[in-house]
Amino acid sequence: MIPLNPAQAVHTAAERTITEAAPQLDWWLLAPLLTVFAAGVLAVLFEAFLPQGRRRGPQIGLAVLALLTTFVLLVLQVGSVGQEGTTVAAGALAVDRTVLFFQGTITVLALVSLVLITERGDGRDAFAAQAATVPGSEEERAHIMAGSQHTEVYPLVLFAVLGMLMFPASNDFLTMFVALEVMSLPLYLMCGLARRRRLFSQEAAVKYFLLGAFASAFFLFGIAMVYGYAGSVNFAAVREAVAAGGAPIFADGGNGEPLLLMGVGLVAIGLLFKVGAVPFHNWKPDVYQGAPTPITALMASCTLVAAFGALLRVFFVPFGGSADVWEPMLWTVAVLTMVVAAVVAVTQRDIKRLLAYSSVVHAGFILTAVVAGSTDGLAGAMFYLGAYGFTTLGAFAVVTLVRTKDGAQELNEIDRWAGLGRRHPALAGALALFLLAFAGIPLTSGFIGKFAVFEAALSAGAAPLVVVGVLSSAVTAFFYVRIIVVMFFRDPGHEAPTVVRAGVLTGGVITLGVAATLVLGVFPGLVLDNLVPSQDSGPEPTAVMVSQVTADSGGE
Amino acid sequence: MEVTPHTYLAAETGAATLADGAVLSNAWLLIALPLAGAAVLLLGGRRTDAWGHWLGAALPVASFAWALAVLVDLLGRAPDARTVSVPVYEWFAVGGFTAGVDLLIDPLSITFVLLITFVGSLIHLYSVGYMAEDAGRRRFFAYLNLFVAAMLVLVLADNFVLLFLGWEGVGLASYLLIGFWQYKPSAATAAKKAFLINRVGDIGLLVAIMIMFSVLGAVSFSDVFAAVPAAGDGVLLAIGLLLLLGACGKSAQLPLQAWLLDAMEGPTPVSALIHAATMVTAGVYLIVRAGPIFEGAPVAQTAVTVVGAATMLAGGIIASAKDDIKKSLAGSTMSQIGMMVLAAGLGPVGYVAAIAHLVTHGFFKAGLFLGAGSVMHAMNDGVDMRRYGALRTKMPITFATFGLGYLAIIGVPFLSGWWTKESIISAAFGIGGTEGLVLGTAVIAGAALTAFYMSRMMFMTFFGAKRWEEGVHPHESPTSMTAPMVVLAIGSVALGGFLMLGDRFAAFLTPATGAHPHHFDVAHAFTAPYGIAALVVLVLGVAAAWAMYLRRPVAATAPEGNLVTVAAARELYGNEINEGLLMRPGQVLTKALVVIEDKVIDGAVNGLGTSVRDSSSGLGRTQTGFARSYALTMLFGAVIVAATLVVRF
Repeated sequence: MIPLNPAQAVHTAAERTITEAAPQLDWWLLAPLLTVFAAGVLAVLFEAFLPQGRRRGPQIGLAVLALLTTFVLLVLQVGSVGQEGTTVAAGALAVDRTVLFFQGTITVLALVSLVLITERGDGRDAFAAQAATVPGSEEERAHIMAGSQHTEVYPLVLFAVLGMLMFPASNDFLTMFVALEVMSLPLYLMCGLARRRRLFSQEAAVKYFLLGAFASAFFLFGIAMVYGYAGSVNFAAVREAVAAGGAPIFADGGNGEPLLLMGVGLVAIGLLFKVGAVPFHNWKPDVYQGAPTPITALMASCTLVAAFGALLRVFFVPFGGSADVWEPMLWTVAVLTMVVAAVVAVTQRDIKRLLAYSSVVHAGFILTAVVAGSTDGLAGAMFYLGAYGFTTLGAFAVVTLVRTKDGAQELNEIDRWAGLGRRHPALAGALALFLLAFAGIPLTSGFIGKFAVFEAALSAGAAPLVVVGVLSSAVTAFFYVRIIVVMFFRDPGHEAPTVVRAGVLTGGVITLGVAATLVLGVFPGLVLDNLVPSQDSGPEPTAVMVSQVTADSGGE
Repeated sequence: MEVTPHTYLAAETGAATLADGAVLSNAWLLIALPLAGAAVLLLGGRRTDAWGHWLGAALPVASFAWALAVLVDLLGRAPDARTVSVPVYEWFAVGGFTAGVDLLIDPLSITFVLLITFVGSLIHLYSVGYMAEDAGRRRFFAYLNLFVAAMLVLVLADNFVLLFLGWEGVGLASYLLIGFWQYKPSAATAAKKAFLINRVGDIGLLVAIMIMFSVLGAVSFSDVFAAVPAAGDGVLLAIGLLLLLGACGKSAQLPLQAWLLDAMEGPTPVSALIHAATMVTAGVYLIVRAGPIFEGAPVAQTAVTVVGAATMLAGGIIASAKDDIKKSLAGSTMSQIGMMVLAAGLGPVGYVAAIAHLVTHGFFKAGLFLGAGSVMHAMNDGVDMRRYGALRTKMPITFATFGLGYLAIIGVPFLSGWWTKESIISAAFGIGGTEGLVLGTAVIAGAALTAFYMSRMMFMTFFGAKRWEEGVHPHESPTSMTAPMVVLAIGSVALGGFLMLGDRFAAFLTPATGAHPHHFDVAHAFTAPYGIAALVVLVLGVAAAWAMYLRRPVAATAPEGNLVTVAAARELYGNEINEGLLMRPGQVLTKALVVIEDKVIDGAVNGLGTSVRDSSSGLGRTQTGFARSYALTMLFGAVIVAATLVVRF
């Protein structure tokens, strides 16, 4: 298939310059990532050297400080990067305003998730005393009695966030793969740490790990194919190769297209698995349900943002020139995702599973913006992700508070939430607002997000996709509203749920969710107008994404 | 009819200047103040019971003060720079689509704002006394504030969509207030009736807006009017007739008039503010505001004048036969608004007269309603004029203020009503031809009816013998009620002259309406044939009422009457016509639709629902919980991806 012409191989090899000097690193632009990384390493040292009982405080302080510092650095960088953007670390990472938006959003959402993770309103957090013990064993009971806790969660969160920050910033496929794994491995672990229903939680973790490994394998094979096609894993080089119809080795005969098709398809599978698009979504309900709810919140917000950031980057930059190749594929996946997930969600009885399917449907909506392939689509997707992140965090925060009668365990069966609206109108009202935002009711952020992505898809000529999206929205509205009906209009049976009094932290998360949902719904211009530059204020973000890498391609 | 090229300010010159200065750029406060009042009173609950009504009364006053400041600011500008656009809020802009809220301040809208906030403030103050005993007073003030805010949205909107929002808002407030005493079945029914009939008109307005958007591609006033010259005749005719339908619903014009009389079930301050002075005049506002459209569609314009003339006469006849003081006044309102609609249908020559009559009518009709409320207060809430009589000595202030309002409405020279009614008559004759003759004569006939029914009301209430029911001890109302009546009476006397002398109002309004600078000639009003005719019918009307209701004693129960009076008393069979033409066929249609709904649509919907649920549980079965089957699904997904990459539809 690939004509291995020795002369040509020599020719390409000669072009490569191998330097022995260390690459130039722009420490300032790398500072946010390094901060999180350093904090993660330091947190591991804390685990090693601090006595068991004294770890929690320093760990929380370190994690919060690291994330805050990262956020401040990212904000400062917005000014110093300028409109044009650049690449750092020998072209491995891109820094532009789109990347900074994704990173900033991830940092803030991670910080909010961290608040949920640290919450222990009833004296205990959401994590197992000692995950290594066999559930139900004597040993486990001993650890519970001793008050053991897993402060390893904090370094794990920091490493996961590091991966998430790298994922949408990656500028070559290998960096992206490393970021994917750095992000995923800690998440696999944290999924298995639930305090209650531990077997369930461990099962979810194993499933997530197995399927994640499966998806990573697809991704990695895809990278190999792309390398075969383009002769490089660098996004700029791949983009050039796509424009030229293949790497120089295809110059005198030979057809590289099968390699490209396989590469696009396999890489896409890896990314679509991470965003949870149908039919790569099966892990989501099981994992969301089994994982400790604060970790679910982290995954539902931060991971989704990071994964879509990477997806947008891959399809806009290296594969941007071959849109006609992948558009039908993404069309199909988007339609499948919007239809199947919405339909399946109708019969869900468990709030966490329902929110998982809801997350799948929303991924479908955002995919329509990717299909649009335009700056408007990019801006719509960015707005959607930010808005959805806050709303979903708020929703999961509410879930952590609704408990069974003895207050020990979360009560996730929706039917038993009857009467919640009467006893706890503020809590139920907040959840109702989040659900209405998911459904896309005007004056909530969800409406603007949906409008933005559908408008982008429509003006890109994807009208059928928008029709499917609107119909799917109608179906999703059904099950969101049903929860509201159950909470407010159904008589509570004798097994009415208990609500743990919201601690300051969880209450703060819910309030923040409500505020973000309303502010982004009523004054979306604050964010939306700054995502797309007006005609004269600068180059379009998609153009920046492309131009910065092409400018960089020679100077590796 | 001659079509005059309009000179709608911003439409053609694009001259709407952007708001500058604190007064104008914060004009949204006009709306926000009463809206905040409604929010505080409704959300604050019983905590606000003690002081809520004072807050509710203070906010329209504050709004009025702000409106005055706006007026002063406008008067300080050159006449053609008095059209100011106030961007308030841009909701979002995505792609090429922008959704936002802008206000338009020009002489026309500020006239309405001043009328609404001034009369509104007085009626709020009056209500403090009138509703003192009512348990729901806080709710009442909340609704009144809501109404004021919605009405201000209606007149300040700079596009038809925002206008529609205000239109629906006043409809909602009207519904809530007519049914305020919802424990009375008659009030609840009346509220429902008003709501339903208004829906018909609202649909007309809504469809008109949709046509504008789809055909003219715009909904803002300036863009729509700029697109009018290029639009087809049929489109303009359709939009014009649909707008007229909307106006008919809100302004109780034929054939959508039936709700207004029943709306008198609401508390009297509501009748005064909403169903006399402000909301029911929204139709006139709409027609004048959409002037360029009507000027482009002469047939629609003629329809406007016909509707106005017919309603004017029908309202006058109904008012002459009603014994219920409020219903008689309601008939009078229909009639007077018919007169304004007629004037608005005349085109630019009639705009100033229509709006001027609207303003003076706002004063004297509100005053008359408040007077009626004061009388009812004295008569233990009795509304039957046959059980009134001889109240002038018992209630001197009410008598004096009501009397001045009466003299104004029947058009006694130099009182407010005379100036504006003369303007309408002269405008009607002024268009010339048979049409002018017919319309002018109709207005004079309407004036004759006005003189008759108002004199009848006056004589039955304040003169003649006592016919009071047992246990009724009339007394003058408290100052909080009489003071607003006095203020309105002053307006009833002097406002018309102030507006029309020296053509002040015409000059003020011209840049906004493109109205012809219309000169009011006082001498002419007494020497021209129509001026003399108006005075003659005035005397005749009063004399007829005197002969029938003062010289002869009034029976305490209504006489059987002849064919004409019975028809009039039954509102010219308006309800029967509605029932026969609409309600019964409607019921049959409803029944038929219910069958179709149950059998066909429900079947389809339920079938859809069931199939969604079935497929949901079917698809849900793929969620087995086994990692191996999930991996298989992923593999299946890989096949789909591969297939779509290779096949590429």
